Amino acid sequence: MGKTLAEKVWDEHVVRSAEGEPDLLYIDLHLIHEVTSPQAFDGLRLAGRQVRRPDLTLATEDHNVPTIDWDKPIADPVSKTQVDTLRKNAAEFGVRLHPLGDIEQGIVHVVGPQLGLTQPGMTIVCGDSHTSTHGAFGAIAFGIGTSEVEHVLATQTLMQAKPKTMAVTVNGSLPAGVTAKDLVLTLITHTGTGGGQGYIVEYRGQAIEELSMEGRMTVCNMSIEWGAKAGMIAPDQTTFDYIEGKPEAPKGADWDAAVAHWKTLVTDPDATFDEEIVLDASTMTPFVTWGTNPGQGAPLGGVVPTPSDFEEESDRIAAEKALEYMGLEAGTPLRDVKVDTVFVGSCTNGRIEDLRLAAEIIKGHKVADGTRLLVVPGSVRVRIQAMEEGLDKIFTDAGAEWRGAGCSMCLGMNPDQLAPQERSASTSNRNFEGRQGKGGRTHLVSIPVAAATAVRGTLSSPADLEV
Amino acid sequence: MEKFSSHTGVAVPLKRSNVDTDQIIPAVYLKRVTRSGFEDGLFSAWRSDPEFVLNQPQYEGASVLVAGPDFGTGSSREHAVWALQNYGFKAVISARFADIFRGNSGKAGLVAAQVDEKVVQRIWDYLDEHPGATVTVDLESRTVSAGEGPDAIVDSFDIDDYTRWRLLEGLDDVGITLGHADVISSFESTRPSWKPVTQH
Ligand code: SF4
Repeated sequence: MGKTLAEKVWDEHVVRSAEGEPDLLYIDLHLIHEVTSPQAFDGLRLAGRQVRRPDLTLATEDHNVPTIDWDKPIADPVSKTQVDTLRKNAAEFGVRLHPLGDIEQGIVHVVGPQLGLTQPGMTIVCGDSHTSTHGAFGAIAFGIGTSEVEHVLATQTLMQAKPKTMAVTVNGSLPAGVTAKDLVLTLITHTGTGGGQGYIVEYRGQAIEELSMEGRMTVCNMSIEWGAKAGMIAPDQTTFDYIEGKPEAPKGADWDAAVAHWKTLVTDPDATFDEEIVLDASTMTPFVTWGTNPGQGAPLGGVVPTPSDFEEESDRIAAEKALEYMGLEAGTPLRDVKVDTVFVGSCTNGRIEDLRLAAEIIKGHKVADGTRLLVVPGSVRVRIQAMEEGLDKIFTDAGAEWRGAGCSMCLGMNPDQLAPQERSASTSNRNFEGRQGKGGRTHLVSIPVAAATAVRGTLSSPADLEV
Repeated sequence: MEKFSSHTGVAVPLKRSNVDTDQIIPAVYLKRVTRSGFEDGLFSAWRSDPEFVLNQPQYEGASVLVAGPDFGTGSSREHAVWALQNYGFKAVISARFADIFRGNSGKAGLVAAQVDEKVVQRIWDYLDEHPGATVTVDLESRTVSAGEGPDAIVDSFDIDDYTRWRLLEGLDDVGITLGHADVISSFESTRPSWKPVTQH
């Protein structure tokens, strides 16, 4: 019987398997950042161990670095300690680090692909749940805990039970103005936040094939928000074109050998998945969240739902709690919801294509009075490229704040936070209570919705700008 | 990880049930960047009370904790186990442990010995009569014991075979995997040349 894409990549990485034990899986690339790695390095030190493969390890600073004044010492002592510790550990154990101020610094999930380190058929891990982003290249990529970070550092392997597989087939084409973000938000509302639990998901179908690599990364990024272990998309010409010429991409004969192998990384026609979901892209519309988890979403054209309309009691209670936290009335048209801050950035939507799209919509407009727009590139490279294309000027002319690279308001570990009850439209991935700052209220949105919302001051789509 | 076969040490009665990970170590202590030094956060809310059992001089240097049921519930933070170990505990005896806490203990080398609730009570009574006395946790024979003579307490405890084996051998997960280093090396030797590296 044939194999799924996930099974092919998994089987290629099994170092050892034994009855009654998890597989020992080889890890091709281990990405590291300042927050979840300190104890792992400390564990190595206590046990007198080394990093087995520093040459398959890459560190960057992203989670709590400031996006202004990044050339000055970090003001917050806790953040500074974590960043200093990463620098010390990287030096001691010989790990390549892209620190604040370095041209390759940025969000770990933006840096890997842009360096060309993220390639089809790899296993990639990081002490961060959104590692699933890298699955867009046909890699198995997932987040791990601190003990596992230590395990990978010491052994370049992980003990892992083989997950089940699921196919999400998205037929048809996305209508104009509807993006990968709307697609994945629609999917999560459809499945619920636990729908993917225990599965490696393969996204497939016409709408997925038509996505750019940036769009595919947005979809895979949010796999974790519906509980999936990992998300992946079979590599194709779009993938190869994106990788070719990147700094760490294979060259010459290696390139040919790599592509030949990558072309085998597709689900065989006679392979079976443990579970399958089918969606139709052509009916999708701009989609936003109204609640406090990514599965509480609705079409932008709709209204804030009425909790009593939910069939399940648990959904009703969750919706009531969410509306109270979010300060929303049932039945309010989502387009009437006034927004204080628009955040464009994160590993979900902080790549160059995202900034281009945002700039295209904002161009010639002004950010609405009483609204602030924060644009945070996912990496220094993205920032530089955007500036070369003059995007920064479009943003600042409109009245936006143009910032340095990092996670920023996605999780508010640095000073970029919402005030209590401040409302955001955010292109990031989590709308949990307090995620962007204590008491802050987050609506997850796509890039076009974020840009149009900044201009109108209420949740909007670009179509609203034309009237 | 150090091998653990048997340990005898001063035992502390912690007469509370449902000691959750926030009580073992509050979140404010999680910002540290090491795996050591968490002892100052251990039971920090309770330790500010001079009457708290750990503040009593007879329990100085204690290394066995005898706690009420449902020990270690709550978050998955590994810091809870580290805090107990950093303080000097080698074993915790309880009638029930939270799953994640028990798993983390096994990973880190802290023995979580699950006994019958009556056994906890008997040890508590014994410690009340003999404050500062020692209790033995023997992993070979899977027994806890205290006292001497006709009133001595000896009873068995539960721990899963795989964890027991790893603790007896002193193997953490990393240690076990490094035992397969030759298999890993031979796997690495077949890695295609076009796969990327971060250092050249
Ligand atoms: S941008 Fe947000 S989701 Fe992505 S790695 Fe940073 S904190 Fe995590």
